[in-house]
Amino acid sequence: MALERETDDATGVETTGHEWDGIKELDNPLPRWWLWVWYGSILFAIGYWVLMPAWPGLHGYTKGLLGQSDRAEVSRQLTALEVQRGEGAAQLRTASLERIEADPQLNAYAQQVGQSVFGDNCATCHGIGGTGAKGYANLRDDVWLWGGKLEDIQYTITHGVRSGGEGARLSMMPAFGRDEMLKPEEIDDLTEYVVKLSGRTADVAAVGRAAPLYQAQCSACHAPNGKGMVAVGAPDLTDADWLYGADRAVIRGQIFAGNGGVMPAWQGRLSPETIKALSVYIHANAGGQ
Amino acid sequence: MPTVIDNTRPKSDGRSAVSAAARAKGKDIKGRLYKPRQPIYPKLVHGKWRAVKWAMLIATLAVYYITPWVRWTRPEGFPQQAALVDFTGRRFYFFDIQLWPQEVYIFTGLLVMAALALFLVTALFGRLWCGYACPQTVWTDLYIVVERLFEGDRNARMRLDAAPLSLDKVWRKTGKHLAWLGIAFGTGGAWIFYFHDAPTLIRTFWTGDAPMTAYVSCLLLTGATYVFAGWMREQVCTYMCPWPRIQGAMLDEHSLQVTYLAYRGEARGPHKKGQSWEGRGDCIDCHQCVVVCPMGIDIRDGAQLECINCGLCVDACDEVMVKINRPTGLIGYDSDHAVAARGQGGKAAYRPIRARTIYYTLALCVVGGLTLWSLVTRPKADLNVIRDRNPIFVRMHDGAVRDGYTLKIGNRGFEARRFEIAFEGVAGARLSQPGQPGHPGQPVSVLVPADQVVPVRVFVTAPATAALADSVPGRFIIRSGDLRAEAKTVFLSGAANPR
Repeated sequence: MALERETDDATGVETTGHEWDGIKELDNPLPRWWLWVWYGSILFAIGYWVLMPAWPGLHGYTKGLLGQSDRAEVSRQLTALEVQRGEGAAQLRTASLERIEADPQLNAYAQQVGQSVFGDNCATCHGIGGTGAKGYANLRDDVWLWGGKLEDIQYTITHGVRSGGEGARLSMMPAFGRDEMLKPEEIDDLTEYVVKLSGRTADVAAVGRAAPLYQAQCSACHAPNGKGMVAVGAPDLTDADWLYGADRAVIRGQIFAGNGGVMPAWQGRLSPETIKALSVYIHANAGGQ
Repeated sequence: MPTVIDNTRPKSDGRSAVSAAARAKGKDIKGRLYKPRQPIYPKLVHGKWRAVKWAMLIATLAVYYITPWVRWTRPEGFPQQAALVDFTGRRFYFFDIQLWPQEVYIFTGLLVMAALALFLVTALFGRLWCGYACPQTVWTDLYIVVERLFEGDRNARMRLDAAPLSLDKVWRKTGKHLAWLGIAFGTGGAWIFYFHDAPTLIRTFWTGDAPMTAYVSCLLLTGATYVFAGWMREQVCTYMCPWPRIQGAMLDEHSLQVTYLAYRGEARGPHKKGQSWEGRGDCIDCHQCVVVCPMGIDIRDGAQLECINCGLCVDACDEVMVKINRPTGLIGYDSDHAVAARGQGGKAAYRPIRARTIYYTLALCVVGGLTLWSLVTRPKADLNVIRDRNPIFVRMHDGAVRDGYTLKIGNRGFEARRFEIAFEGVAGARLSQPGQPGHPGQPVSVLVPADQVVPVRVFVTAPATAALADSVPGRFIIRSGDLRAEAKTVFLSGAANPR
């Protein structure tokens, strides 16, 4: 396309010669202010290159005269944060769990720390509200597999459950079915027995058959009356709280396979004072013991 | 039927284009983004309206500069400044009134009242606000005083601007701008005292310890004052301010406005001493009304958007009328209706009581009453309840159900108070705080420091025997002495989610 510049009649301005379906473009100069802003930004860019990190090279980059570094800035802020938290952390370290909970100010601080740490680390399994899920304990009610006192909670968080670490909470329910320790019909009978323990209606004949079986196989951990034993982490079978569910099918499956969940040990990942704050947070927001 | 008011006459051109507005209209503005400003050199005038304007200038500036320095006794630990907007503490203090951010509706009420009062005044007397009380008018007036001090009155200023650069011109111009900047700095400087303790800030401002916001606000207002009152002046009113565009809706033929009595003034023309006044108007075309106008208009062209109703042309014209021995009041505050009636030889009637003035007054009374009522009856203690949303309820091993709530208790008083919290709605419910078991029927008590909001977490536990509906309405009540506040909430029993 030949570029024929012509003068527009209406405005007296030259056209660029471009034409689209009869529409022609006027060749107006750039607005002066725009041009100056543009020149200004070029100058700014040059100044920026000199002062700030800008150009990549083969072995690094130009550092700039101001020595700006985001990495250094982040570590400086982290250090500042440590210092800022220092006083609260020191108080948490020295005070006993009971004192932390009783002191309104320390308690408020522990609640804040605990809530945020809980959200980051515990909520994945126990839920953001702490009510747990199937196989993950509800931390808001007053049922505690491993004890609900402040020290118990602190210990469980520190060492975990079946975490494989030293001092971990450990219980191993036998897989009565899978390991063929009991016959399927015996497991059926035991299921009825457990249902009866929790106060529901069950097959009377089956309960009768299972009674000696329960005393022989289960009562060592779950206690003769079914109330369980906190020391070995054996749950109370008489209450309305069920870790894996209350249905017969679930109870039967549990007797068959003897499932047990794993909770990691948090020592080493969380500082002792953080674990203390977390313990107080969980204890205070639960139906405490 | 609304009356369309159009008193504008075709503008005279050529020789008599004295007003800046008329001159600007003749300019070739092709190829420019903005209409060029024609400089206006308002002449000093004496008279009663000028006197009122001086009084308003002094009064408004005095209020502006003195208010932040008024001290007021409040309890230890609270600001001792009568008027203070404390952004950091999120409080507003005005003598015995102390407002929290959530009470901003009182300001809304005040602003609505201000708008309605403006409507009412405009419907009655025209743009009195613009002419006498608007900061733009007041500061422009002040700046013109300074200008006159350095450069002389209208003619001297025009000569100076036309004169080539000289030492005299340089020092006069420099002096003027320095004085303007000084006033601007004083304006911005006074503004920041409303937001911080004034006696402290006036020290820290110079030692560099004042908050950054104080410096930035001061700088911004200094710049705005200098530019608005020094350079832009009438352009702010004509181009930036929305009010001149809205006022047309408030004015009608009974509103008082600065009006040129055309029936008396026309036909205008020069008049020599001793000549007869027969067959001609009283206007001798001396242009005194034009040269004193700070807006640069010719009032004889009729009601105009630019006119701020300041009445300086009234004073100027009266002065001339006295000199030539004609009755004063050729230009005056008058209503279109009255002017028209007198023009036809009838009797002028003024009607300040009209439908719109009655409506504005009524609306003003209603909004004013509501605002005052809400100010007087506002609570001294606040209670807000935030229900836990996760979990919405917790079932205990024995079937008891526990709901969690966060109560925000606000103590608006100047002393710390101990509040007793009670929950009503669920029989046999137990109120407790995290880590503390609590006892059935026992209230929980918390200490709330003066002038603070404290979040309090509480649990309500309903016994397993309660047999509740899924959602039970309940309420929290806080009490401290004779202070009492309550907030509704619900207790969710989980009945719809059996285990």
